[in-house]
Amino acid sequence: MASDCVLSVRDLSVDFLSPHGPIHALRRVSLDVPRGSIVGIVGESGSGKSTLSLAAIGLLANNAVVRGGQVLFNSADVLTMSKSQLRDLRGQRMSMVFQDPMTSLNPVLSIGTQMLDIQYRDHALGAVDKRRKAVAALRRVGIPDAEQRLDRYPHEFSGGMRQRIAIAMGLLGNPELLIADEPTTALDVTLEAQIIHLLRELRREFKGSILFISHNLGLIAELCDHVVILYAGEVVEQGTVQDIFHRPRHPYTEALLVCDPARIDEVRRELPTIPGEVPNLLEVPSACVFAPRCPKAFDRCRVERPLDHAIGGTQSARCHLATA
Amino acid sequence: MSGARLLRRLRSDPLGLLGLALVLLVVLCGIFADWIAPYRPNDINVRDKYMPPGAVHLMGTDNLGHDVFSRVIKGSQIALFVGVTSIAIAQMIGLTLGLVAGYAPRWLDNILLLIFDSIYSFPTVILGLTVMTLLGPSLPTLMFVVVVIQTPGYARLVRTATLVKKSSEYILAERSLGAGPIRILARHILPNIIGPLFILGSMDIPSVITLEAGLTYLGMGIPPPTPSWGRILSEGYSQIRDAPWIVIAGGIPLIITTLGFTFLGEALRDLIDPRLRKIV
Repeated sequence: MASDCVLSVRDLSVDFLSPHGPIHALRRVSLDVPRGSIVGIVGESGSGKSTLSLAAIGLLANNAVVRGGQVLFNSADVLTMSKSQLRDLRGQRMSMVFQDPMTSLNPVLSIGTQMLDIQYRDHALGAVDKRRKAVAALRRVGIPDAEQRLDRYPHEFSGGMRQRIAIAMGLLGNPELLIADEPTTALDVTLEAQIIHLLRELRREFKGSILFISHNLGLIAELCDHVVILYAGEVVEQGTVQDIFHRPRHPYTEALLVCDPARIDEVRRELPTIPGEVPNLLEVPSACVFAPRCPKAFDRCRVERPLDHAIGGTQSARCHLATA
Repeated sequence: MSGARLLRRLRSDPLGLLGLALVLLVVLCGIFADWIAPYRPNDINVRDKYMPPGAVHLMGTDNLGHDVFSRVIKGSQIALFVGVTSIAIAQMIGLTLGLVAGYAPRWLDNILLLIFDSIYSFPTVILGLTVMTLLGPSLPTLMFVVVVIQTPGYARLVRTATLVKKSSEYILAERSLGAGPIRILARHILPNIIGPLFILGSMDIPSVITLEAGLTYLGMGIPPPTPSWGRILSEGYSQIRDAPWIVIAGGIPLIITTLGFTFLGEALRDLIDPRLRKIV
């Protein structure tokens, strides 16, 4: 993989403490975000996408315990940083856009107040300059009349506008990495397309990297350079967009592609699904996690945990079948 | 929400307007007491004692010939001063402790909660009487009692609101942009809870004034000759056969103030609550 990575997750394992015992939410997850690229993380609900993104920015919930691994941001481990080091990182070098734009802005403060407030680190900058910067950031994400709208409150904006504002806030500090946690899930399809278009444009402009989390394969294919497939807290396959979409090697990836409604040609009464359900992460099977649902599973899959097999220079899959 | 917009909305709420008018009446009486009062409230004129209400003495006179109307007017100063000041102090302390309890680690939260609940569990009047007896009745002691009694309620309200806001996504978003705990509390959580707190306070002002009257009535409030409403009531009660107008004159301002602040507080609550705001 590329040596110059903004973010490099190494063997990360995260448990959530619950009354029933630890839930093994992430297990030995490794991925790289090369500088200037967009990496997509795909997975079902509960596969650990959000946990991974929160771990990257050091904001895991209080009941989360890191069992091992590293999250290297420009070679410095986020997991061992002090609180003040983390705060210096967030917003300036790494920032995040959340899923629901209806709840990710403070309802009682005007967006201008919020956008000026997050520039508190620039002590040299006066209020007028901070305002100018906020207006520029809003213009950049395509908000018309940015100057006037700065004094409006979040509830006076539509969902798509709010997500643009949230992105503008995330980009205000010109971060090297923007983590977008399902930024379009709460929006309708038209707005989704606009936001994706916006992210692609912004990547060109601000030259940073984006970690894009989604369960929408179409978006990933359109936006990302690299794709990481997460299943039940493990990376089952990763590679370039071409690798994943043209030559999937893991049966789960194949199944996902088959199930993507956008790729179905044949008209059928029922949409294809993957039979079975995601394993209970209280007790992780000692064999392959996908084996119980895998159409290609054979005896070895139910006993032995597969290793990551490299395929070509860019792809890897955690499957016994990928050896060949 | 700006003050002007609030006033405009208030116009469509008759009860709220009435509340505002009553509160203004009491406040104006307090501010201009020395001009409105026809006599000096502590002037003794034994020759004119027990004069029934009339043109000379609007609300009659008491056993020492005090002009009751002047004392009622002057009494609004004490009532407002005790009510507003001690509520403001109690809110400031309650706000700080509540924010700390809501955002701090579990153990500190538990300690603070224990303290709040201990104070809460005392019956108000008993606690008031005890403190007043121990420290001696005076205006500062009275205010101290009010602050001690009122603070835990505000602190609990703020703590609960902080807990709710703390787990909201925009606080997580703010943290992801690098905001520290103090910035989050002061800039993002505080504006969310200041409105309800303020309204609760305005609705508590009458109960504080009543508490003052009650303690004074029991002889443990503001010492004589300060003309507080409670004093007028307690003195009037002992002369109820000779001069029933004194008790009535002492009670009316209490009723006006209580109704005024309650109506205003309820109207403000309805106006600020966004779920109700949309209907208006």
